Amino acid sequence: MADVVVEQGRVGRTSQRKGASLHNVLGRKSTVAFFLTLPLILVIALLVLYPAIYSVHLATLNKSMQKFVGLGNFTFLFKRETFWMVVKQSCIFAVTAVIFKALIGFIVAHFVHNIPGKKQRKWRGMLLVPWVIPPAMSTLAWLWLFDPSYSAFNYTLSFFGIGPIPWLGETFWARFSVILVNVWYGAPFFLIMYLAALKSVPDQLYEAAAIDGANWWQKIWYVTLPMMRNIIAITTLFSLIVTFANFDIVRILTAGGPLDTTQLFATWAFQVGIQSSDIPLGACVSLFMVPILAVAAIFILRDVTKRGNEA
Amino acid sequence: MSRKTLTRRQFVAATAMSSTALIAAPYVRGAYAAGKLSIGFWDHWVPDANKASTALVNEWAEKEKVEVSIDYITSQGNKLLLTMASEAQAKSGHDILSSQIGWQPHAYDDLLEPVNDVMEPVIKQNGEVNGTVKYLGQSGGKWLAVPGTAGSQIKGPCSRIDLMKKYANIDVQEMYPAGSPPKADNWTMDTFLKAAEACQKGGFPFGIGLGQTPDSIDTAGAIFQSFGAELVNAKGDITVKTDAVRQALEYYKKLIAFLPPDAPSWDDASNNKWLISGRGALIMNPPSAWAVAKRDAPQVAEQCWTHGFPSGPKGRFAPFQPFFWSIWKFSKNKEAAKSLLSHLSQPSAIERFVQASGGYDLPAYANMTTLKTWAEEAPPKGTLYHYPNPYNHQTLSIAAAPAPPKIAEQIYNQGTLTKMVLRYAQGEKMEDTLAWAESECEGFMRS
Repeated sequence: MADVVVEQGRVGRTSQRKGASLHNVLGRKSTVAFFLTLPLILVIALLVLYPAIYSVHLATLNKSMQKFVGLGNFTFLFKRETFWMVVKQSCIFAVTAVIFKALIGFIVAHFVHNIPGKKQRKWRGMLLVPWVIPPAMSTLAWLWLFDPSYSAFNYTLSFFGIGPIPWLGETFWARFSVILVNVWYGAPFFLIMYLAALKSVPDQLYEAAAIDGANWWQKIWYVTLPMMRNIIAITTLFSLIVTFANFDIVRILTAGGPLDTTQLFATWAFQVGIQSSDIPLGACVSLFMVPILAVAAIFILRDVTKRGNEA
Repeated sequence: MSRKTLTRRQFVAATAMSSTALIAAPYVRGAYAAGKLSIGFWDHWVPDANKASTALVNEWAEKEKVEVSIDYITSQGNKLLLTMASEAQAKSGHDILSSQIGWQPHAYDDLLEPVNDVMEPVIKQNGEVNGTVKYLGQSGGKWLAVPGTAGSQIKGPCSRIDLMKKYANIDVQEMYPAGSPPKADNWTMDTFLKAAEACQKGGFPFGIGLGQTPDSIDTAGAIFQSFGAELVNAKGDITVKTDAVRQALEYYKKLIAFLPPDAPSWDDASNNKWLISGRGALIMNPPSAWAVAKRDAPQVAEQCWTHGFPSGPKGRFAPFQPFFWSIWKFSKNKEAAKSLLSHLSQPSAIERFVQASGGYDLPAYANMTTLKTWAEEAPPKGTLYHYPNPYNHQTLSIAAAPAPPKIAEQIYNQGTLTKMVLRYAQGEKMEDTLAWAESECEGFMRS
């Protein structure tokens, strides 16, 4: 009987310990955080991970999707002139648009930062408008402005004896137009991120710089930019990914024309995959964005981590 | 409170009686005894046209005791195309689905239910279908889909009577008189080119797009075919470097000089706007532009005349864009779907489609090209008389035919023809353009 009592006591203690350790595990901040993010993880797995894996699977099939061809689709693409044109154009489009968005966002953020109190809120709200309108809708308005035959821009320019400019009909102007619309749409995102970063730069640093005799440029170069480096890097990376994968602006404005010279990865993937019923090749085209963006992400995030460690 | 008890005998008797009544009773058909059917129709741009489809389907559903649900899916932004692609991937969705461009039946041939049993009696009744419908809807003698009236269209010339008379000295009404056969022997590619030049000099250029959307591609296709120019022949051989292709490119280069300078960036709305705004003397389009002009610019509409395509050295070809209704193999109610498609292909149903769309929709059948709608539509009266090709005056065709449909689909959707003419017209050497097109076609041979 005593043995049993002892056993029971041991069992009781073990279960108590187990209970306590489970309690400890559940009580840990990381566990709570994990459970709190679990719904999001599941949503991402379902809506991002599954389609991503599925598109890798699709990219390994032949056109009729009945045969496994391994990397055949990728090697096929390497031989296509249009594919290399799309790679080049996507890089031109994304890099140019991100540079201008960052530049405009940075400059305007400074202007807005210097506007006092209530007025700043109004300006902030107004400047965010392009970013909050669904791009498909705002791009339609741009399409009317660029309209080949009835362009409001050309109408205005005609008063100054300029034009008509083939906004969407010539390679240079078509590329200019799609980049312009992308910059118009995306610059407010940079503006708001940079504004937030600017507000977190301690005034004492500027005061110290002023005492040291720094001019406005030196203040930007030696104070503002170093303090904003991480946010600039993260914003650039994020924007690069989104701009690289852009679809709606090009699709609505030029549909990739003229002569495919504004075609990006996403628009060409759509044309090849959906319009021309070659889904495996379309999947393959869109997957090409991954290695390019992964390399950019590694470089940018490596720097962010390095600076984080230094700090 | 009194309580009536049920004895065992009473229970057995009641059960036996009710069982007998159930078995002996006559069969009463429930409201939806023949199951359910879900349909994805193309969302017609003419508002009342959808109502006509709904009414026709409901009449059939009531008679056949089928519960139907209809989704009208727009072709804007390729939504219908995307729906078909996603349903094919998921192997689930509507029982019947419209296809917005005629290439879909071949693209999904292994997933579509053959419909020979629908098509054979319908053809017997309505007359033979044109070659393009056969080319797109049949594979190895098997019908993959039923040609749908709603949406099917010919994209021939819609000319301004006054401007063509004034600048090109061409009376389009005399050439294509309402109620009688065309007198269009002189309506050739050369005449067309001269007319384009004259109208351009008069300040009203022909509105023909050079973009990568169907209207531009369809016109290019018909012009290429009228020169006998094929990029890939029916056997699947690449035939880009031929004299016929060279001739077509040369012709186009001359024509482009008289088209609006922004034509390379035109989409399918641009030509409509061009005509409605009164800036052009001719466009290649079904009568949608004219129909909108009736509402927005009546003075333009009353000068519009839809007629046949000019002929080239190898014949007179007009771009035809048939829509199809297809049944998925995974449909759970194929018999009902076939019965409905058969109902929608009856002459009376076709007449209602045509009437509801103001003459825009074209049936694919030989006996159905002389309906009164086309004769009566106005202004001006008879403007649509020649739209359905009532005298088989021209061959209805689709760009990139006769290449095997899965290759032709690539040539068509990637705008290879318009890209070729644009490259050449912009100064690229002929042989370079041909080499580029040949390499593109090689890429389209994937199976």
